[in-house]
Amino acid sequence: MEKIPSQDITPPPVGHHTPGESTTQSMYAKRRHIYVREIKGLFQKVRRSANWALMLGFFLLPWLNWGDRPAIWFDLPGREFHIFAATFYPQEFVLLSWLLIICAFGLFFITVFAGRVWCGYTCPQSVWTFLFIWLEHRIEGSRNHRIKLDKQPMNADKAWRKGAKHSAWLLISLATGITFVGYFTPIRTLVMELPTLEAHGWSYFWVGFFLVFTYLNAGWLREQVCIYMCPYARFQSVMFDRDTLIVSYDEARGEPRGRRKKSLSHTQAREAGFGDCVDCELCVQVCPTGIDIRDGLQYECITCAACIDACDSVMDKMGYPRGLIRYTTENALEGKKSHILRPRLLGYFAALIIMVVAFAWAVNDRIPLSFDAERERTQLYQMTREGQISNVYSLTVRNLDNEPHTYQISVSGLPSLTLDNTSISVPAGESRIQVVTVLANPQDLSQPSHPITFVLQAQQDEQIRQEREARFLGNARR
Amino acid sequence: MNNLWGDSLSSFWSAWIIVITLGTIALSVWILFANRRTDKTPDADGNVETTGHAADGIEEYDNALPQWWFKLFVLTVIFALGYLVLYPGLGNYAGILGWSQEGQWEEEVADAEERFTPIFAQYQEIPIPELARDAEAMRVAERVYLNNCAVCHGSNAQGGYGFPDLTDDDWLYGGEPENIMMTLNNGRNGLMPAWQQLGESNIENLTQYVLSLSDLEHDAERAASGESTFLAACAACHTPSGTGNIALGAPNLTNDIWLYQAPGQSVADSVRQTLRNGRNGHMPAQAAYIGEERVHLVAAYVYSLRFND
Repeated sequence: MEKIPSQDITPPPVGHHTPGESTTQSMYAKRRHIYVREIKGLFQKVRRSANWALMLGFFLLPWLNWGDRPAIWFDLPGREFHIFAATFYPQEFVLLSWLLIICAFGLFFITVFAGRVWCGYTCPQSVWTFLFIWLEHRIEGSRNHRIKLDKQPMNADKAWRKGAKHSAWLLISLATGITFVGYFTPIRTLVMELPTLEAHGWSYFWVGFFLVFTYLNAGWLREQVCIYMCPYARFQSVMFDRDTLIVSYDEARGEPRGRRKKSLSHTQAREAGFGDCVDCELCVQVCPTGIDIRDGLQYECITCAACIDACDSVMDKMGYPRGLIRYTTENALEGKKSHILRPRLLGYFAALIIMVVAFAWAVNDRIPLSFDAERERTQLYQMTREGQISNVYSLTVRNLDNEPHTYQISVSGLPSLTLDNTSISVPAGESRIQVVTVLANPQDLSQPSHPITFVLQAQQDEQIRQEREARFLGNARR
Repeated sequence: MNNLWGDSLSSFWSAWIIVITLGTIALSVWILFANRRTDKTPDADGNVETTGHAADGIEEYDNALPQWWFKLFVLTVIFALGYLVLYPGLGNYAGILGWSQEGQWEEEVADAEERFTPIFAQYQEIPIPELARDAEAMRVAERVYLNNCAVCHGSNAQGGYGFPDLTDDDWLYGGEPENIMMTLNNGRNGLMPAWQQLGESNIENLTQYVLSLSDLEHDAERAASGESTFLAACAACHTPSGTGNIALGAPNLTNDIWLYQAPGQSVADSVRQTLRNGRNGHMPAQAAYIGEERVHLVAAYVYSLRFND
């Protein structure tokens, strides 16, 4: 058996201008269509399960009800954000920022640990692309069939298959659009109103918007989004280190690659000078971003492990040990010791845990009451006939709880402060204005302006208590 | 007369804006096309032309703008021209869509009227004493009050210097529903003439007499000599007993309620000031501002304030 020379895989130099070289260089790589081959295997099973679970969650959640409202309902016109039992209001947007920061740190942590796995297993762009490719496979056939079909001139079979594929894609996109809008307006009424043209104009716009972009992103753009548009692709590399789990081809074991007879056993192949790579190109054909993992770590790799499953299946067929392409680290590949628990990872983990705990505490401990105390602007102060100084305040009280409350109003900060209104009732989720007049004895006023504190205390619930600072103005006794 | 900030521009400023706007667009187009390079093939030596800028040996290519970029620029120019045809942007030219900020504002006001009119209309037929007991209606009314009346009468309706307290039982023009409606719809002008001509001594006597009417600390002797002047000059409006007259809006002087007593000012000083200089109170007619439906609701709100104690 003669050794087949391995090919030069060094990429041609780009962006280099040396005298004598007369190639017209272009900054824009022409896109070649990627025909993704379907592959079975352990990681694809994990990936598919994750995808189905996520999609099921996405499509079903808006249909769940909590009492007489949707369980998850971001009611933008009403400025109320319902998530199961809890209702959040715009003032609590800081919680959303916290949640987003936590998600970002989660992404940093998982990236330091295992590279771009978010992309391969959970990113909506990947999930929908995989779904679209899955449909493509069912309708147009396997990779080879699809390549052949695209080369054919238009005929009845091609027209039928293409039409069916695009219809299926559009149907899924429509479902996606409706579901997405269903998070912002109750989906049960939405699906009744959409066909009868009774829904709000914006509902049609956003359903259409997500229909078009789901169709374009998952049907046409696919890996272009991951490679050229996604900002994460650009900065994920700074979170990588030599101990990050990456999908990698074991060059030491695989090279020199080459095709060989299947009858050759592992040891015979070794003796004949072959590495373990049989150069079947399967790892390239299954890659959704169309890269050759044997070229080394590339930023296009979304760590979906399709190449691992493809290579393992070939290794099994050949009777070779698995793992020529595997999840490993740069250090491990070079035979060095790999440290999973390293300061960087632990740092991210600690930050993540602290923030999750703080967030959970903040959400759990948040007081469903907010109020503002606004001093009357038209008059500094008044004097009553009894000779007391009065200041008037408007208290805007927002009950953020799911039940009505009556709040006790009190004020402190000066001796002998008295209030004319000492309680206010506010229905669940509403706000009320209560005007209060605060009286003070002029003898107690040593300065023209004194800080005072309003306290609102729910009558039924000791936990619900808020304070606000205000100023009390009056003539200073000299 | 037209001026720069008026309803429309003088033809000079209009032309000025048109020239600048169109000139800027023309200049942008000229820069775009005049600097357009399409040729990016290397020369005979294989060198691609550079801009001559170099930093640490790295040179900047003088490449053509990418086609999509160039086309996007052209599109923005077309968009700008289309916009200027449709919308007002060129001086006095109104645009073929006839859009204006004022028109948009009017539309929004009309929208709001359409939404809120039924809310106010439903209360229109309910008599004021009954409406004043309707907590939901009073919640709406309080908003109207806070937006339109609180500036003078205070958020708590207790008034202030020169602005009557609406929560007590003292009414300059009467506190019955029809009185309140009359005040709100047509406004009031409360005029107290100046009595400077009586002379300081008489004014002091009158002041002491007025203080005595409310049983305040006073100089009995001066008050006694003030009585005759009061009966001659003041009784016509304030009545001989000083209890006031709601037909004229003349205040009751016997109840120790003083409209013009500034914080820290003594009653005597306030009365002296009133007598010397007179007073001029003005309650604007509200029907013209907020409409009769809101007036009805606010009247009920003012009426309801008496239930608060």
